[in-house]
Amino acid sequence: MDNIILEALLWIGLIGLISGIALAVAAKYLAVKEDPRIAAINDLLPGANCGGCGYAGCADYARAIAEGQAEINLCTPGGLACMSNIAAYLGVAATAAKKKSALVLCCGDNDKSKKRFAYNGISDCAAAHATAGGDKSCTWGCLGYGSCARVCPVDAITIENGLARVNKELCIACGKCVAICPRRIIKMVPVAANIHVLCSSPDKGPLVKQACSTGCIGCRLCVKFGDEGAFVMDGFLAKVDYSIPVTKEEVIEKCPSKCIQRN
Amino acid sequence: MQTIKSPYNFKGGIHPAYHKELASGSAIQGLPLPATLSVPMSQHLGAPAKPCVKAGDEVKKGTLIGAQAGFISAPVHAPVAGKVNAIAEVLTASGRPCQAVVIERVESDETDFMQPMTNWQSRSKDELLARISEAGIVGMGGAGFPTKIKLSPPMDKPIDTLILNGAECEPYLTSDHRMMVEHAREIRLGAEIARSILGAKTLRIAIEDNKPDAIAAVEKAFEGVAGDVALTVLRTSYPHGSEKQQIYAVTGREVPRGGLPMDTGCVVENVSTAFAISEAVVKGIPLIQRVITVTGDAVQNPANLMAPFGTSYQSLIDACGGFRGGRPAKVISGGPMMGFAVSSLATPTGKTASGVLLLSPGRVSQYTSQACISCGRCVDACPMRLIPSELSQFVEADDIEGAEGIALMDCIECGSCAFVCPAHRPLVQHMRRGKACIMAQRAAAKAKRD
Repeated sequence: MDNIILEALLWIGLIGLISGIALAVAAKYLAVKEDPRIAAINDLLPGANCGGCGYAGCADYARAIAEGQAEINLCTPGGLACMSNIAAYLGVAATAAKKKSALVLCCGDNDKSKKRFAYNGISDCAAAHATAGGDKSCTWGCLGYGSCARVCPVDAITIENGLARVNKELCIACGKCVAICPRRIIKMVPVAANIHVLCSSPDKGPLVKQACSTGCIGCRLCVKFGDEGAFVMDGFLAKVDYSIPVTKEEVIEKCPSKCIQRN
Repeated sequence: MQTIKSPYNFKGGIHPAYHKELASGSAIQGLPLPATLSVPMSQHLGAPAKPCVKAGDEVKKGTLIGAQAGFISAPVHAPVAGKVNAIAEVLTASGRPCQAVVIERVESDETDFMQPMTNWQSRSKDELLARISEAGIVGMGGAGFPTKIKLSPPMDKPIDTLILNGAECEPYLTSDHRMMVEHAREIRLGAEIARSILGAKTLRIAIEDNKPDAIAAVEKAFEGVAGDVALTVLRTSYPHGSEKQQIYAVTGREVPRGGLPMDTGCVVENVSTAFAISEAVVKGIPLIQRVITVTGDAVQNPANLMAPFGTSYQSLIDACGGFRGGRPAKVISGGPMMGFAVSSLATPTGKTASGVLLLSPGRVSQYTSQACISCGRCVDACPMRLIPSELSQFVEADDIEGAEGIALMDCIECGSCAFVCPAHRPLVQHMRRGKACIMAQRAAAKAKRD
């Protein structure tokens, strides 16, 4: 009886010993060398895993930086502090990226753009959009069913009277709302810019007026009275060229349909 | 020809109140034509036709105004004589914007039809198919799939059975019903043409047992057709008009997952499509009009109207005596189960529009949907053997992959699940959203590959 137990213990011990030695040798000679900087950079990142940099998460972004494939100024939640920390650690110079935030290019709430019909389906913009082009009179405007607000990781989007608004102080520019909006009217704009054309309807003036009391009618007054080149016409829709700073703020007053607004 | 009772019952299905009596007794009639017609370029599945006329052009009845644009597409012809006013954008019944040729009508008997084929039996298969394609014929049951493609299956999929779909399982609608009662002989001719193109030895006509007069008319008209021909009487159950369910009910064969009816050796054609085939081949008339049922409790005189495409719903309703009891709460293009509520009466008719349903406020409920109570009624009702409750919850949680994993794409959107749901969940809408997400993902993946 004792013999069997003893023998078993010996065998187990022997197998354990051999495996242990094999593993120890393997660990030494077959080790995968990982760049120690990846872990260090990862520690410097905020760990929000928001994906705003375009990578699958902070660790992925850290790897891309270490491999020299990514700029170090892409982290929005970390901001300037994070960037300078990484710059100091890597010993490289860095220039801050222009901080961006999402903006809903529509200002026609339920009072300005009336409902065409009563929609009582599921509360989701894509579903509402698929139902006869959405219930809003304007077929380009914000539907206000909050798909963007639900996908926002930092609760920067609120829905007020059938219109989504982004709080640019909170926005981390992750781009999730841009991707989910079925109307494609959320755009990334520089945070520094504070005057925008809040309309996305490419229709001609009379059609726009039928659909919404505050849509861009393509009158070109902003092009005429604004800074040179700051406002450009895209068909019947005025757009802001964000590379040119706006100094003449009187365009806000000049716009007859009041879709040029401060944000 | 013999009449047989369908030996197979598909799983699930529902029995809604049919209300067919509103219009089933009303013979097909014409209507006072409106001054202008907006003929949509997208009246079929696939690529919209390309307008081949411009503002100012004069067209005759039957002139080609929209050219076929791609393999899965169909041409569009002028339904009336007149002058082209403009090429404008209209909202179709499904709510999608599409180009339309606006024709200002003039009183004229001039036509621009194709040459009639007096002796179609002697014509080759390709000639007949070319004629069907040229005439712009598409499936008139609702999907609008180009008939030419359906009638030319690949060589490795031999077709032995042609099924004529006269089930018309949608509540309220009676357009196919009236077609069978009044035009059974033309339907027979169209069926014979389609059958000879396919080389199908078996012909079945499927009609639900709630249409005894249609059954009698078809029995009489199909007397003496050679070969294996039978009228299959289906028990009344929704969705018997759906291809997959109908093939099973008639032949006992099941269309494999992701497959097409031709995988079972069957082709299903709507009876109205058969009528259109006979008109195009024997008389040379392209597909320019169809029977549309205007019905519901909010219209004065429910009727079946032979309306040219592009007629606005407003003109159809005017022809039926206008609204009964004030404004209707809902106007639906198609039937109540699979139709689309429209937001404007300027919506034009098209090749697939089989009905306009007007419902009074008393017949329309606004439900607040609640959480699933896991009662399983939708599972019992689903004719595709899916689990609608679980599917909808996957989609609601944005887990599209999970929904795809339990066969979301097999949903036929018949609405049986939503009809029986005691929590009033908008199940079909969830399915549609989920399916749209998957289609978008697949399109994106394909674009990436190319």
